[in-house]
Amino acid sequence: MIAPVTLVIGLIIGYPLTRGIYLSLTDADEANVERTIGVNHIPATYEFVGLDNYKAILSESVFWDRLGWTAMWTTACVGVTFTLGLTLAVMLNRKVRGRSFYRVAMIVPWGIPAFVSVFAWKMLFNEKNGLLNKVLDGGGIEGVPWLGDPTWAKVSVIAVNVWLGVPFMIVAMLGALQAIPGELYEAAEMDGAGPWQRFRNITLPGVRSVSSTVILLSTIWTFNMFPVIFLLTRGGPEDSTEILVTYAFRLSFVNSPRDFATSAAWGVLILLLLCLFTMVYRRALRRQGEAW
Amino acid sequence: MRTTKRSPLASAGLHAGLLLGTACALFPPLWLLVTSFKPESEAFTTALVKNFTFANYRHVIADTHFLTWFGNSLIVVVGTTVTGVLIAATTGYALSRFRFPGMRPLMWVLLITQMFPMAVLIVPLYNTMAKLGLLNQPVGLIITYLTIAVPFCAWMMKGFFDTIPVDIDESGRVDGLNPFGTFWRLILPLAKPGIAVTGFYTFVTAWAEVAYATAFMTGEENLTLAGGLQTFVNRYGSDWGSMTAAAVVIAVPAAVVFGFAQRHLVGGLTAGATKS
Repeated sequence: MIAPVTLVIGLIIGYPLTRGIYLSLTDADEANVERTIGVNHIPATYEFVGLDNYKAILSESVFWDRLGWTAMWTTACVGVTFTLGLTLAVMLNRKVRGRSFYRVAMIVPWGIPAFVSVFAWKMLFNEKNGLLNKVLDGGGIEGVPWLGDPTWAKVSVIAVNVWLGVPFMIVAMLGALQAIPGELYEAAEMDGAGPWQRFRNITLPGVRSVSSTVILLSTIWTFNMFPVIFLLTRGGPEDSTEILVTYAFRLSFVNSPRDFATSAAWGVLILLLLCLFTMVYRRALRRQGEAW
Repeated sequence: MRTTKRSPLASAGLHAGLLLGTACALFPPLWLLVTSFKPESEAFTTALVKNFTFANYRHVIADTHFLTWFGNSLIVVVGTTVTGVLIAATTGYALSRFRFPGMRPLMWVLLITQMFPMAVLIVPLYNTMAKLGLLNQPVGLIITYLTIAVPFCAWMMKGFFDTIPVDIDESGRVDGLNPFGTFWRLILPLAKPGIAVTGFYTFVTAWAEVAYATAFMTGEENLTLAGGLQTFVNRYGSDWGSMTAAAVVIAVPAAVVFGFAQRHLVGGLTAGATKS
């Protein structure tokens, strides 16, 4: 039973991955890859070029620009999502009337396919007629070019991604909070600890291990988040909201001619960056005595 | 839990915060729903529905390729879910019951695939599909989605199988079942919750995926929903009325499935995670 399993996994993951790495070392593009058009079969004619693609990418500013924004995007998204998720989870963990209603309502964004929600936001963000600008206009404030101005577009894509990510955070953190024994709080209150001290010294350590996992997961997801940016701004205006993943996609499927080799090289670089991040992150946790 | 009573002010603050969160969460989808019942010309009015109409829905279903896209998506999703769960279950079982060299690295690989950016796989997969003539074919997308969903699902399934006592396997063997018979007749029925979770996860992955669907499926009648919805609002023109109606029809089944599975999903994810 093991042989077929290993075979399937090898075929499903191993093959595309090795093939991707190989392609990144060639000069494959639209014109020279193997393909079938109708009944005509055209064989591949691309050649091995070694690390040339990587050299070219790393020496151009576009990669570093995109990397800078991707880092900013990931930090902002994960930071805000985590803070909001934890805050709302702490609120939901109190005894409060209508708690189950709030809980269900707040995870609604998780239950809707992301591409649908993104279009809902796109409608709200519409510069001329969108609801957000109409409300601003009504308040006598001039409308904001939500998706038309580089800075506002960045704010908008982050806002939408936070909106999409908070429900998962709430659910994960609520689970962690409920595992903290209530006696701890009672004991702390007896000893005269204020709300802030209780939060800092009981709640935060109590949710530590769950937090470190969800922060890692959420960082990886956000780093690779494709639909929000692709559907909301297509990376624009200009390149301003293009993160590494959307740019790699653009190289092989939007731009013409399609540059498969460079796109694959971007993909490999992204993977390396994520592996590096995960290693550093795990080491940092271990140094702080986290058994993980 | 807390013994002291909250002050009215703190209570009001708590409710205000929760209400604000709820409003932010609910408003965009609700506004989408509201807009879908407005005539196309009033799509951007701030008023609630003044002239209630089903015109958008009628238009989307009768005059566009929406039903074709829906069908395509359905084929892809069902194909991915059925095959994916089957492969994930067998893999998870093998990982849970057999010890073999290279097993720990394999477990790691399954988890690390979560980290694979779509960018590293999309080009090789695209070229492979082009080579095999599988572009614009549901089968091509099904295979692609399997590469995303199966590793993580297999990892989750292992967690589930670990909770089923090995004694049951042994009793099966004593009764003369071969390993596959044991798996199929005894273990699989016990792992139903796990199968539900992985099935749901696969369903959502395939239903909501955008990048591969956009790249691999071209031509109006080959699109899946993720690609189709983009055709309503693009640089050539915007048909917001149709977009909203189509979005509602896409979102409702997903939201209903999610509503049922949500509790199990969270439990299942953590079961898989803690049992590694």
